[in-house]
Amino acid sequence: MTTKKTKWGALAAVGVLVIAFGWLIYGGLDSNVVYFLTPKELLAKGADGYDKPVRLGGQVKPGSVVWDDKALSLRFSVTDGTGEILVHAKGAPPQMFKDGQGVVVEGRYGKDGVFTSTNLMVKHSNEYKAPKQGERPAEMYKSLMKSAGT
Amino acid sequence: MTRLVASNAILVAAAVSALGALLTPIAIHKGRRDWLMLSYAAVYTNFVLVTLATLALVWGLVSHDFSISYVAQVGSRATPTFYTIISLWGALEGSIVFWAWVLGMYAAAVVWFNRHREGNLVPYAAATILMVALFFHILLIGPANPFQPVVPVPFDGPGPNPLLQNHILMAVHPPLLYLGYVGFSVPFAFAVGAMLAGEVANDDWIRLTRRWTLVAWGFLSAAIIAGMWWSYEVLGWGGYWAWDPVENASFIPWLTATAYLHSVMVQERRGMLKLWNLNLMVGTFVLTILGTFLTRSGIISSVHAFTQGTIGYFFLAFIAVVLLAALILVAGNSDKLGSEGRLDAPLSRETAFLVQNLFFTVFMFTVLIGTLFPLVAEAVRGVKVSVGTPFFNRMSVPLMVALLFLMGVGPALPWKKAAGAELKGRVLPGVVVGVLLGVAALLGGARNGYAVLAYVFAGFALGVNAAEFVRGANARVKAHGELWVTALMRLVSANRRRYGGYVAHIGVVLVALGVASSATFKTEQEATLKPGETLTVAGRTVRFKNAWGREEKQRQVIGATMELMSGSRVVGIIEPRMNYYPTQQQPVPTPEVRSMLSGDLYLNLMAFKQDGSNITVKVIWEPLVPWIWFGGLVVCLGAIIGIWPSRERQASRSGSANAAAPPMTEGRA
Repeated sequence: MTTKKTKWGALAAVGVLVIAFGWLIYGGLDSNVVYFLTPKELLAKGADGYDKPVRLGGQVKPGSVVWDDKALSLRFSVTDGTGEILVHAKGAPPQMFKDGQGVVVEGRYGKDGVFTSTNLMVKHSNEYKAPKQGERPAEMYKSLMKSAGT
Repeated sequence: MTRLVASNAILVAAAVSALGALLTPIAIHKGRRDWLMLSYAAVYTNFVLVTLATLALVWGLVSHDFSISYVAQVGSRATPTFYTIISLWGALEGSIVFWAWVLGMYAAAVVWFNRHREGNLVPYAAATILMVALFFHILLIGPANPFQPVVPVPFDGPGPNPLLQNHILMAVHPPLLYLGYVGFSVPFAFAVGAMLAGEVANDDWIRLTRRWTLVAWGFLSAAIIAGMWWSYEVLGWGGYWAWDPVENASFIPWLTATAYLHSVMVQERRGMLKLWNLNLMVGTFVLTILGTFLTRSGIISSVHAFTQGTIGYFFLAFIAVVLLAALILVAGNSDKLGSEGRLDAPLSRETAFLVQNLFFTVFMFTVLIGTLFPLVAEAVRGVKVSVGTPFFNRMSVPLMVALLFLMGVGPALPWKKAAGAELKGRVLPGVVVGVLLGVAALLGGARNGYAVLAYVFAGFALGVNAAEFVRGANARVKAHGELWVTALMRLVSANRRRYGGYVAHIGVVLVALGVASSATFKTEQEATLKPGETLTVAGRTVRFKNAWGREEKQRQVIGATMELMSGSRVVGIIEPRMNYYPTQQQPVPTPEVRSMLSGDLYLNLMAFKQDGSNITVKVIWEPLVPWIWFGGLVVCLGAIIGIWPSRERQASRSGSANAAAPPMTEGRA
């Protein structure tokens, strides 16, 4: 085997590997990219929006929250003012979860029109900054402090 | 006062770095070796000045000098002193100061140890490091200046980000990461120095930086493990790795550095892969800068991204300059980088290293592409996307399983060409352990093919690597009549790098077992409990006793007292909490973890009724997770064994040729 032949063989092998790798990456990305959408945008997708991983962002519609603490089932609607989607989540809501709160819900939108959440995040500024006066944590735990003592 | 001292120290350090770097080529071209001493002096002076600035900033934090912008940003009188000191790296500007200090320290140390070496390699390397230092000084003067005046001086500040003052690991993870990240500047500088000096043909840049590379690698490995641990202990989701961009940023250069540690041995033994190794080292350095760009520019939002500003452009410009300069240098030196040896047989250690490098490179590109894709998609198509964990898992799990297999194959194969009979003896222990673990996994209920393979190959690697110690020690016992333990100690100390490597392999196996087990056998359950009610997860029962509140100096705490039960007996108390910091509305989850050899019982308080009548708690059984942290320690131990100077070297420190002699016991003891 001459050196020249070896060189071409190696180049061809590298080429094949690069193409195979690119194809794998493309396939992987294509099926696993998660889009950030608002309810309006998700509804606009129609049938294309069903059963794809999505991050749905919007506000918790006031009055829509139903929390069953025995079954750990949480239902609420996410709205962006125009569109509105019913969300079903398992597990306790985060402490800051409340009516009108901005949320990001990860999950899939089913054909039954219910968005099944795998991860519910309360939206707060990711960039850390000191709160203004009056933004101090809510009074909610004060009563527990008094009642439980320790 | 403190502010002026610090900001002027940085200004002078910038000037000194620039002058020292410029002086080097002038001195070399004029043949004035004596001038080079001046550029070495610039390296030491830079270190002194940056140390001064760093100490000044720490002093400003401790003395609550709110006239310094950085202190006003992260300081608070209520924060405990310990967390005040470590908030040095709690936000952007301070972390760049700390970075510059670590770089100054490495530069001073590496120049000091090599100050007597002839030739132009060390001067050019010193100049390269000074240029990198200059970049960080420019950041500190421009977009990341921590020493701006604050008028009027506030009486108190907001304190550091609650997430960063909630756990002791914040004192550990960032310094380790910087020591690792910045440490790769040293081999990079020597690689560039070798190219500038025209000395790439001999392998001096590799020999002189061998230990430094291992030091940086050891710190980076420890930092990644500590970061996983922090995420596990603080974020309350019961996991330790989410393929988050900031995690990836630390992992990507680790992959190229690990590839380099292996492929460099092929260059030392066989004179091959010279161009490749040079590229790996330049690549590792660029990836550390890219990682800093990703985590510090605010381009991705996370606990690491402190602010949005112009600093990103500085990083991009710096990366572009480094890449361009490296490309020109490598192209100009490529004629000197031909291979001396060639592959003799497909079944040899060289081949194992080649395949390992291929896999590590593919792994690196996979993680890199997955991490950068959202940025590219948003810039090009204007859509906001994220690349989910499924992508990373799907791509990386097969690679990790294959790498576990290679970790057992490599040590069993000799250089050049393997003989069948001998190979059998070295592989057999691995096969036995691998089969045992595979069967155990199947009996335990693992049904995922990759998971079972992971156990088999982890066992295989464990068996082969451990058997190397036994074989070597047995041979010494036979040859010298030593006690077995003595033989083992002498075996390792006579050949530290090789056996240090095997120790690191065993550490990786422990980490892999922890990861595979927690991914396969993790069980979790969430429940709302009234006082006295119990919850059983994976055979372990906890009972809710009561909820309580407590005022602490810098925060308010809500906790739940959970009793760990054994039958009707209480055998332990676990208290998951939520910490409320006055500066943040969202409470910081503070899970409590009860560690056992077989795994962790992980409790996180999810919600509570204000009157304490019930709480919602998540209980997770995490099998073998403590093995990950312990395995990380073993990996570091391996690095330390490899770094530790051997006796022969201490005896003849002056001659670099001696230190460079390859270990001769490699053949077969």
